[in-house]
Amino acid sequence: MSQIMSLADAVASTIRDGDTVALEGFTHLIPYAAGHEIIRQQKRDLTLIRMTPDLIYDQMIGMGCVKKLIFSWGGNPGVGSLHRLRDAVENAWPRSLEIEEHSHAAMANAYEAGAAGLPCAIFRGYLGADLAKVNPNIKRITCPFTGEELAAVPAISPDVAVIHALKADRAGNVLLEGIVGVQKEAVLAAKRSIVTVEEIVEDFGPRNYNAVILPNWTVGAIAQVQGGAHPSYAQGYYKRDNAFYKAWDAIARDRDTFMTWMKANVLEKGPEAFAVHARTPRAAAE
Amino acid sequence: MTQSYKPAEMMTVAAARALRNEDVCFVGIGAPSAACNLARLTHAPDITLIYESGTIGTKPNVLPLSIGDGELCETALTTVSVPEMFRYWLQGGRITVGFLGGAQIDKYANLNTTVVGPYDKPKVRLPGGGGAPEIATSCGEIFIIMAQSKRSFVDKLDFVTSLGHGLEGDARAKLGVKTKGPTRLITDLCIFEPDPQTKEMTVVSIHPGVTREQIQENTGWPVKFAATVAETPAPNAQELAVLRELHARTNKAHSEAA
Repeated sequence: MSQIMSLADAVASTIRDGDTVALEGFTHLIPYAAGHEIIRQQKRDLTLIRMTPDLIYDQMIGMGCVKKLIFSWGGNPGVGSLHRLRDAVENAWPRSLEIEEHSHAAMANAYEAGAAGLPCAIFRGYLGADLAKVNPNIKRITCPFTGEELAAVPAISPDVAVIHALKADRAGNVLLEGIVGVQKEAVLAAKRSIVTVEEIVEDFGPRNYNAVILPNWTVGAIAQVQGGAHPSYAQGYYKRDNAFYKAWDAIARDRDTFMTWMKANVLEKGPEAFAVHARTPRAAAE
Repeated sequence: MTQSYKPAEMMTVAAARALRNEDVCFVGIGAPSAACNLARLTHAPDITLIYESGTIGTKPNVLPLSIGDGELCETALTTVSVPEMFRYWLQGGRITVGFLGGAQIDKYANLNTTVVGPYDKPKVRLPGGGGAPEIATSCGEIFIIMAQSKRSFVDKLDFVTSLGHGLEGDARAKLGVKTKGPTRLITDLCIFEPDPQTKEMTVVSIHPGVTREQIQENTGWPVKFAATVAETPAPNAQELAVLRELHARTNKAHSEAA
């Protein structure tokens, strides 16, 4: 049964050194505040899973939290490289980084298989693609009915899933809408979970009948962090900060500039610093 | 009288013209996104644009910086989860055209967006494949948009991120792939289409003012030209106006803090 607590307590009680952790959110609702808390608590030797590592994994990799990365697209969308990821892969700074690389289709299917309790995901993929030559976790399987050769990858079943959602209610149920990515699958596939939310309401009230809702008995820790997805966004609350995504390129390009930024904006700050990015749904619409 | 325009504008306009009003198009970020939305705002108002974040039938007023900006969801007919997008819509064979870009391409239109140098010890680590490996084989056909240079148009790829025509005319068929693969490559200099037999990308149309020598100088293999090579019509006033307004709106939106 989910429990509402502070973000610091949620991370301390849920994530251990060496865990396999998936912080998900496909462009929308990326759990930045939770990632920063993991950095502040100096978690180490994590295997991080994420389809699009985005700036949050650039930050966690640059701060030395990560031993291995499982991913499918490691760039700054529309801008260019993730420089801390590249520095780790190309120069082993601040430590060497093991990578396991897939396609989006493979990872989306693997999350779904994890949520469905299956050992592997099967799909039509990787035809003629070199990833199948360098990743031993990509195999072929023959359909027993048609004989078609299909791709198989292991299911994703992380120790911990971390997501940012729009709302929780007092009973600890969680609601998200908009671009919902693979967050439902990630939480259902994981052994434990942390959900940060924009707001906690008494009751969800009238809502879309098909809104994505994670019942309280499927969720672990819940922490309210207003603005906790910035510089990504929360539909109806605040927009994606595209200017920051562009600015990150220069910040992350250089090790010293990166460390200075992380010290001032992460190490010396707390989750409450995100509130400045949050606006009420009504103000955001104006 | 024709207006003056930049090679990048010619490229985007030529790419947009390749799309049809009835297409269902899986849109890559960057140059493909500009071309697809230009098509929607000019000759193909009913085109269905799909972004891998799950947005179907989206009509953004400004170009998204990422494949999942809120603008895409707010203007979409509907938004589905990412597993559903890749399983039901892409793998399910419901997409007529996939529009891709890349860091490197070879003469069979195989694409590399993964590494320069060896995979285990890369000289340059690129972002990787994302949706491209399955877009390349699941969409009915593939259009590619890329500015031409010797660095990006190479004789041999360090890594095949997504399949074009392999290394021979029947490579796709041998792998059991039933879709057409790259049928058009639009650059800032010209338009390539695959040779019907060998599938080698062949120049079929040259943009105004561009020479065959220029195309060769910016290509890392000996370029084949079709028996008849057309001149690409220059961008017209409407195409240029709509494209420039779209970029102006986009630049303004992306420079504002959220």
